Amino acid sequence: MSILVIAEHDNDTLKSATLNTVTAAAAIGGDVAVLVAGSDCQAVAQEAAKISGVSQVIVADNVAYANQLAENMQPLIVELAAGKTHILAPATTSGKNIMPGVAALLDVAQISEVTKIESADVFERPIYAGNALAKVQSLDSVKVLTVRTTAFEEAALEGSAAVEAHGAAHDAGKSSYIGEEVVESERPELTAAKVIISGGRGMGNGENFSILEAVADKLGAAVGASRAAVDAGFVSNDMQVGQTGKIVAPELYIAVGISGAIQHLAGMKDSKVIVAINKDDEAPIFSVADYGLVADLFEAVPEFESNL
Amino acid sequence: MKVLVTVKRVIDYNVKVRVKSDNSGVDLNNVKMAMNPFCEIAVEEAIRLKEAGIATEVVAVSVGEKSCQEQLRTALALGADRAIHVEAEQELESLNVAKLLAKVVEAEQPGIVILGKQAIDTDNNQTGQMLSALTGMAQGTFASNIEIKDDKALVTREVDGGLQTIELAMPIIATTDLRLNEPRYASLPNIMKAKRKPLETKTVEELGVTIKEHTKLLSVTPPEERQAGIKVADVAELVDKLKNEAKVIG
Ligand SMILES: Cc1cc2nc3c(=O)[nH]c(=O)nc-3n(C[C@H](O)[C@H](O)[C@H](O)COP(=O)(O)OP(=O)(O)OC[C@H]3O[C@@H](n4cnc5c(N)ncnc54)[C@H](O)[C@@H]3O)c2cc1C
Repeated sequence: MSILVIAEHDNDTLKSATLNTVTAAAAIGGDVAVLVAGSDCQAVAQEAAKISGVSQVIVADNVAYANQLAENMQPLIVELAAGKTHILAPATTSGKNIMPGVAALLDVAQISEVTKIESADVFERPIYAGNALAKVQSLDSVKVLTVRTTAFEEAALEGSAAVEAHGAAHDAGKSSYIGEEVVESERPELTAAKVIISGGRGMGNGENFSILEAVADKLGAAVGASRAAVDAGFVSNDMQVGQTGKIVAPELYIAVGISGAIQHLAGMKDSKVIVAINKDDEAPIFSVADYGLVADLFEAVPEFESNL
Repeated sequence: MKVLVTVKRVIDYNVKVRVKSDNSGVDLNNVKMAMNPFCEIAVEEAIRLKEAGIATEVVAVSVGEKSCQEQLRTALALGADRAIHVEAEQELESLNVAKLLAKVVEAEQPGIVILGKQAIDTDNNQTGQMLSALTGMAQGTFASNIEIKDDKALVTREVDGGLQTIELAMPIIATTDLRLNEPRYASLPNIMKAKRKPLETKTVEELGVTIKEHTKLLSVTPPEERQAGIKVADVAELVDKLKNEAKVIG
C-alpha cells in the first residue's frame, strides 16, 4: 500500500485536519507520503515532516498553488498518483473542491466523508444526513477518499520524514484568486474546538450572540450557529454547523435557541456531551441532549456564564 | 448564452429516513420525493440569469428513472425553457452521472452549468467538480454569488474560513451553496404551462457512455441511536452536572 495525503494549510501553518487524515491513512496501512502544495510553503513542509507515520513529504512550491485552485492542483495530484494505491484529503471545503476532479481524471470514484476504515478497500461513510451508514467497497485500483476529520484522532508530531521538492508547475490559466473575507477570531476553530456554544434563530439578532461569546471566553470555546441564524444574517457562513456546514464533535456542545432539525443534528450529534437550552420543551434538540434546560435563553445564558 | 441546470430527485428533506431491515438500503417506498434543495437553488439562479438578460435559454437536465421527469416538470414550471431526461434505471455513481452530463454539455454548449453542491441523499458533493474535470471548464463550487461579465465570471464561494472570491474564464461550472438565492415557488398557471414545454428523453447508449461500476454497496445500517438524557431544573443544576457528572468543564 502506498498512500498520498493532501495537506491542508495556508502556506504558513499546517491545518490540524491534515493530522486526522494521516491517522486515517495509517489505518489503511502502508507507506504514507504527504503533499504540501503551495507558495512559499517550506515552513509547512517542515511541520508536515514531523507528523508521526509519514515517511515522505513532497513539496510543490509554486505561485500556481498559492491558493490551491482546483484546476492547478488536479494535474499535480494526478501526476503524483502514479504508483499510489490511495489518495486522501480531509473533507474540508478545500478537499471537497479538489478531490472529485482528481478522481474523475483518474477515471475512479471518490468516496466522500469516510468515517471508518474497515480494510484497504472497504470504507464506512454517512449518507442521508448521517441517518444511515453505508459500507462501501471500492473496486478501483486507486482509491480516492475524503476523510471526515472528526472521526479520526490527530496524528502525533514525533516523526522526521524526508522532504523532497517536486518541480512541476501546472497553471491551467482558467481561474484566479481575487480575495477572501476571512473572519479573524482569537477563538479556536470550530472543527478543532473542545467546547462549542452555538446559537440559532432564537438568538433574535447578531448582537445577541455576545452573550454566547461571553460564555465562550470563559470556556475557551468556539461559537457556532444554525443555518437559520446564518441565513438571517446574524452571523457569518463559516459558523454554520450541520449537514451542509461544518461537522463537529467536541467534548461539549451547547445548543442555544436551536430547534434541532435533522440537518443541524447531522453536524453535531457525535459530540461527547450535548447541552440544549430552549424555551420549547418539545424541541427535537432535547432528544439528543444529555442535559436539557427548558428556559428563556436571554435569562439562562447570562446566568450560566456568571456561574462558571 | 445558454444555461444548463441539473436537477436530482431525492427524498424530501423533511422526511426521517428508515434503513431497510435487510440492510440493503434506505426505504423509499411511499416516501415523499422532491427536487434536491440545492438543485432548487441552481434552477433559481439559472432563471435569474435569464431574467437579468444574461442567459437566453435555460435547459434543465436530470439523470435517473422515469419518475425524475416530475422534478424536470417542476424546473419547467419554475421557468426553465426545456428539459432533457437521461434515462437510467439503476442508481448511478457520481462519476457515471458526470460522464453523461459531459455528453449533454458537449451537445448543448452552455456558457454556464449550474449544479447543486450536494444531493441530500448520498451527500457526495462530487458531480459538479467531476464534470468540471471531464469538460475542462473552470469550476466555482459552493457559490454564494455569481457575477458574469463578458467572458469572465466572479464567483464568491463559501469556504471553511469565510468567503473566497475567484475569477473564472467562461464557460464555467458552478455549484450552489445555501445562500446563493432564495428559490421561488411555481405558480399554478406556470405549472399548467410547463406540461406543454418540451421534454426530451435520451438513453445512456445514445449518449455513448459506458457505465462502469466503481464501488459496491455492501450494507446500509442505522447509526447508533443517541439516548436522550435528562432535563435539569435550572442553571445551577446544569453547571453542577457539567462539572461533577460529565466533567467537561472545570
Ligand atoms: C438542504 C438543506 C440543508 C440544510 N443544512 C443545514 C445545516 O447545515 N445546518 C443547520 O443548522 N440547518 C440546516 N438546514 C436547515 C434546517 O432544516 C433548519 O431549518 C435549521 O436548522 C433551523 O435553525 P434553528 O434551529 O436555529 O431555527 P428554528 O427551527 O426556527 O428554531 C429556533 C428555536 O429557538 C427556540 N427559541 C426561540 N426563542 C427562544 C428564547 N428566547 N429562549 C430559548 N429558546 C428560544 C425555539 O423554541 C426554537 O426551537 C438545512 C436545510 C436544508 C433544506
